[in-house]
Amino acid sequence: MRNLLAIADLERSDIERITDRAEGFAEVGRRDIKKVPTLRGRTIINLFYESSTRTSSSFELAAKRLSADVVTVKAAGSSIDKGESLKDTIATLSAYGPEAIVIRSPHAGAAELVARWSDAAVINAGDGKHEHPSQALLDVYTLRRRLGTLEGKRIWIVGDVLHSRVARSNVLAFGAMGAEVTVCGPPTLIPRGFETALGCRVSYDLAGLGEADVVYALRMQRERMRESFVPSIREYAAQYQIDSRRLGSRQLLMHPGPVNRGIELSPEVIDGPQSLIAEQVESGLVVRMAILYELLAGGRPRAGARVGDPDQLPGPTPIKEPA
Amino acid sequence: MSDSGSIASLDWRGGNGTAVGDLVLRRALVLDPRAGIDGTYDVVVRDGEIAELADPGRAEPPSPAAGGEGELIEAEGRAVFPAFFDPHVHLRTPGDEDEEDLETGTRAAAAGGYCGILAMANTQPPVETAADIRALRERAADDASVPTGFLACVTRGMEGEELAEMAELHDAGAAGFSDDGLPISNARVLRRALQYQRLVGAQIALHEEDHDLSRPAGAHQPHLGGAMHEGPVSAALGLAGIPSVAESTMIARDAALAAYEAARIHVQHLSARESVEAVAAAKQAGVEITCEATPHHLTLTDEAVRSLDARFKMNPPLRSEDDRQALIDGLRSGVIDCVATDHAPHSVDEKEVPFEEAAMGVTGLETAFCVLHTDLVLPGVLELAVLVDRMSAGAAPFGLELPSLAPGNEANLVLFDPEAEWEAGAEGWESRSHNSCFAGRALRGRVLMTVVAGRVAYRQRSFAMGVA
Repeated sequence: MRNLLAIADLERSDIERITDRAEGFAEVGRRDIKKVPTLRGRTIINLFYESSTRTSSSFELAAKRLSADVVTVKAAGSSIDKGESLKDTIATLSAYGPEAIVIRSPHAGAAELVARWSDAAVINAGDGKHEHPSQALLDVYTLRRRLGTLEGKRIWIVGDVLHSRVARSNVLAFGAMGAEVTVCGPPTLIPRGFETALGCRVSYDLAGLGEADVVYALRMQRERMRESFVPSIREYAAQYQIDSRRLGSRQLLMHPGPVNRGIELSPEVIDGPQSLIAEQVESGLVVRMAILYELLAGGRPRAGARVGDPDQLPGPTPIKEPA
Repeated sequence: MSDSGSIASLDWRGGNGTAVGDLVLRRALVLDPRAGIDGTYDVVVRDGEIAELADPGRAEPPSPAAGGEGELIEAEGRAVFPAFFDPHVHLRTPGDEDEEDLETGTRAAAAGGYCGILAMANTQPPVETAADIRALRERAADDASVPTGFLACVTRGMEGEELAEMAELHDAGAAGFSDDGLPISNARVLRRALQYQRLVGAQIALHEEDHDLSRPAGAHQPHLGGAMHEGPVSAALGLAGIPSVAESTMIARDAALAAYEAARIHVQHLSARESVEAVAAAKQAGVEITCEATPHHLTLTDEAVRSLDARFKMNPPLRSEDDRQALIDGLRSGVIDCVATDHAPHSVDEKEVPFEEAAMGVTGLETAFCVLHTDLVLPGVLELAVLVDRMSAGAAPFGLELPSLAPGNEANLVLFDPEAEWEAGAEGWESRSHNSCFAGRALRGRVLMTVVAGRVAYRQRSFAMGVA
């Protein structure tokens, strides 16, 4: 695999391979020295045009655990702030010869453009409301650990689907792994044509939620009220909040974070025994290690380097292939 | 400008009245459906007019006239049509000459087979005073390869609030009025413009878009406006959608206003089935309404946007296959009067950015006929005669005489090689901008020469060398 741009580009076998490998990396985190030399000498640039805590920090930490050199560039305080175009920024950063660029952008398709402009492997860490593939992979990993398989499982994704890249990537990823996905939310926040486009079911109320094996809640932002998508956050919570009354005892609960306590989730379910939210964060690190491994391990030639160049850097020291 | 002028009476470099030599196109396949001409003739052009359609091989060889040598062209197997007229072009002058100017834009038009174009008023600043119109007309007399008319704004600064001085603008030579690029959202303002049309007389062309529907985040965040057609593709890409009803509801509103005020309107760039239906209903009810569709809406759909390539971003957006079929049906039936390109040049910097940030618009003059010939005529979807008619019919809504190949008419014609195969853009573009959504497409059929009022406005390069 050359880039990770969208779940829509992946086969089931790709998803399985990456999540299987993440399982192997979980062991590294239990060591005293949480580091392997796999990507020693490789340069990775994290380019974040939007604020992010878990995605940016977990990609950074994943790179470090694989011994790569990593630098994180955030829009605020950089030349991006001074009006530099994406293309110029990529040209500038490419001068450092990075093997990978991880990019988060408020615009759909940004990662694809970077892939066109750069020789580096490109990882989409969220592009507008389009896709967030590493989130979907870590969610699949989390569920596979808990359930063994997603085959035939019923997963409900509840909330603001319209503005959610997580919803798009997860519908595709869960569907590819054999789950039956239903998206649920206010009719104003489910895009026209979503069922046809992504191959899932749509429900406008929680009446059928009882069938779900997994309930995946999405962030509901307060500003949606001003844009008249919902009459009030109070009414949204009354209709769609996942609380201990609505969440059955055998159902698992997920959320991509950060959670708006008391809006999409009630406090008691966030910290309850069915919640996988903390596990999702843990999974984020190992899955992102597996993504970097997938794209960079195996002797990817340096940008511009020819085979047989005398000054070409030695390949990464192989470690035991994780189980 | 009178309201029944000839196309060549618009402003252009050839409008200075100097004589040119005769032109004889021998054994050409001549097709002018409006004039009922369809056969092989020798086309004789003299003194700027079609002098004669002679039996093949029978025309007198050209005689040198004052100021020019005559020319004989062997046109066997090649077609001659009335040259095309585009009522919807952006020449970006004044203000964005880095993207297009009168010289490059009209060269692109000539290369596409056009004998005349109308330029929109949404320049920087917009065309809203008589002085603006006069300045552009003067420039066109020096720079324009083909006759060019300039529209002026309906409202001052295109702000949709106060009327521009339409009477004075028309006296100064404005070819019509439009706030194209923006709708006239306020129904009261449009109603006043339609009432005022009784004094001014000129056509009012409308960009139909309800911003309340096309800017989903609401009016307080115009930068979050829709980026593409609302449908399954926008749902999958997570792009804000521009629903078809944002266009069709405005057409229905404005047709009702035009009917009430007994005014005439021209609806620009139809993109949706609902819009075709709204225009059909208005025509049925007797409203004086005309409309246009673009080559890209007639040949592409929102599936092209899956690539997130900003070359496929324009307003109105590419819509569904069903919408495209409705546009083709409308063009065939005549509900859609004409083809217009909405040629909208943009710099590379405005297009090599993420889709949502990219400017709206595509160029189109140089490929319009060839794309429609390749994608609609050759597969048998649209008759050649219908396409040839619709390519120049856009002159009529603006009070201009339609080009005709019948002897005695102004010689506005295009020489077309129906067999030539070429790749769009492979040899570069005449336009200063390269944001064509057809770049790289293999096309069949090529414009070899464009003649305006008897003057050669364009010669395709390899053809020019072949006859030299």
